[in-house]
Amino acid sequence: MIQPHGGKLIDRNIKNKKYETSKLPKFEINTNIAEDILNIANGVFSPLEGFLCKNDLENVLKEKRLESDCPWTIPILIDFDNQEIKNVKEGETIALTNNETGLKSLMEIEEIYACDKKNLAQTVYKTDDPKHPGVANVYNMKEKILGGKISVIDCKIREFDKYNLTPKETRFLFKEKGWREIVAFQTRNPPHIGHEYVQKTALTFVDGIFINPIIGKKKVGDFTDEVILASYETLMQHYYLKERAVMSILRTTMKYAGPREAIHHAIMRKNFGCTHFIVGRDHAGVGNYYGPYDAHEIFSEFPDLGIVPVFFRSFFTCTKCGSVVNDKICPHDQQFHINFSGKKIRELLVNGQVPPEDMMRKEVSETILKFKKPFVE
Amino acid sequence: MLDDEGKKYTTISIPTPLAEKIKKRIKGTGFTSLSSYVTYVLREIVSGKKEESEEAFTKEDEKKVRERLRALGYLE
Repeated sequence: MIQPHGGKLIDRNIKNKKYETSKLPKFEINTNIAEDILNIANGVFSPLEGFLCKNDLENVLKEKRLESDCPWTIPILIDFDNQEIKNVKEGETIALTNNETGLKSLMEIEEIYACDKKNLAQTVYKTDDPKHPGVANVYNMKEKILGGKISVIDCKIREFDKYNLTPKETRFLFKEKGWREIVAFQTRNPPHIGHEYVQKTALTFVDGIFINPIIGKKKVGDFTDEVILASYETLMQHYYLKERAVMSILRTTMKYAGPREAIHHAIMRKNFGCTHFIVGRDHAGVGNYYGPYDAHEIFSEFPDLGIVPVFFRSFFTCTKCGSVVNDKICPHDQQFHINFSGKKIRELLVNGQVPPEDMMRKEVSETILKFKKPFVE
Repeated sequence: MLDDEGKKYTTISIPTPLAEKIKKRIKGTGFTSLSSYVTYVLREIVSGKKEESEEAFTKEDEKKVRERLRALGYLE
C-alpha cells in the first residue's frame, strides 16, 4: 500500500468520548473549520496534526512545502478576532465545538499570530481580486491565527455518512479488494459521458477507481450533494464493474485555488491510499483566473509527491471519428467536434429536458430529473 | 568539476531541513555521505521504482473497520 503523505497516517481522535472540557475556554467554530479539524484528525490531511503555525505558513506560501520539506500547497488555518481570544495564551488548550457537525475537539495553542492577507491571497490564488471566492474568504478572515495540534473527542453521525470513509477505512478496503494501484477521481458534478471516458480510460491501467465527490459548501447554481451522489450511484450500478469501482465522499470546502489546490487534492487522495490522481482541465479553477492546464504543470515541481498525476485533456465527440476522443488522438478539425458542455447539460436539466444520450447516460439524466431542486439556491 | 577518480559531478542545492533529515537517516548505513545517498535515491526515482509500506492495523482496528465496511455495503 502506498505510504501516507509524510510517511504516517495521522489519527488525532481521542478514544475517551467523555473527555472533560468544562474547565477549558470554549469556542463555537464554523462548519468549514470543523471539517478541517475532522480531516486532520482522520488523517485526510496527513502529515498535519493541527493548524499551521507561522513558520509552516510562510514555508507553504514561499516554497509550497511545510517546514519539514513535505509538499503542501494550501494553508490550513483557524482564525479568531482579537476580542474573542483576548484571554487565550500560547501554551493553553482550548475546546472547539460546532453544532452542525456535533464536533467536540481540543486545540493546544502553540502560536498566536497575524498574517498579511493580501500576500496570502496573491500567493495561494495568484490574484488579489476580491471577486475570486477564495480571495474573498481570505479577506473575510479575522485578525488572529492560531497554530497548534488538534484532537477530536466526538462528532455526530450526519447525512451521507454511509458514503463517508476515512483513509484508514479506504486503505483497508483497497487491500481487501486486492487493489494495488488505485486511481482517484475528484468531482463536484454529476457524470456526463466525457467524465465516464476519463474515468474508464484511467481505470484500464490500474486495479480500481476511487470516485471521490467533494461534499460541502458550494456556489449557487452548483448541483446539490444529493444529486451528485445519486447520479454516480446510478452510473456505477449500470455501467461499472462492482469489483472495480468504489465511491466515498470527501467533506471539504472547495477553495478554487486552481493549481495549488490540485496538489492538495492529490495529497488527500494519496492519504486515502490512491496511487494515481486524475487531473482534468482547469482543475479546481473558477472564472478565468488560471490557465486551462496550469494545474497540470504544477506537478512537475513535486517529484516527491508520491502519487502519480494522470493528466487528461477534455474528451469530446468527433463526428468524423464516430467516437469519443480527445485532441491527442483525433486528427480532425474542430468543426467535427461536439464538446460535452456542462453548461448545456445544465440548461437542459433546468428545463426538465433529458440531455442527448451521447452527452449523458439516460439513467443518470432520469435520476437527476427526479429531484425537485437539483441545484444549490 | 572532477573528483579524484576523474568523474564528472555537478553541484545541486537542496533545502537544509531535507539535508538534515538525510544525514540522520544515513547514520549507521552503508552510505558514506549525503551526496552518495542523494545520488542513490535520485537514481531510484528516475528508474521509476516505487516504495511501498504495509499499514499497521491492530486486530481490534481491523475488526472494527471490517464491520463498518460490511455494514455500509462496501464489503460482502
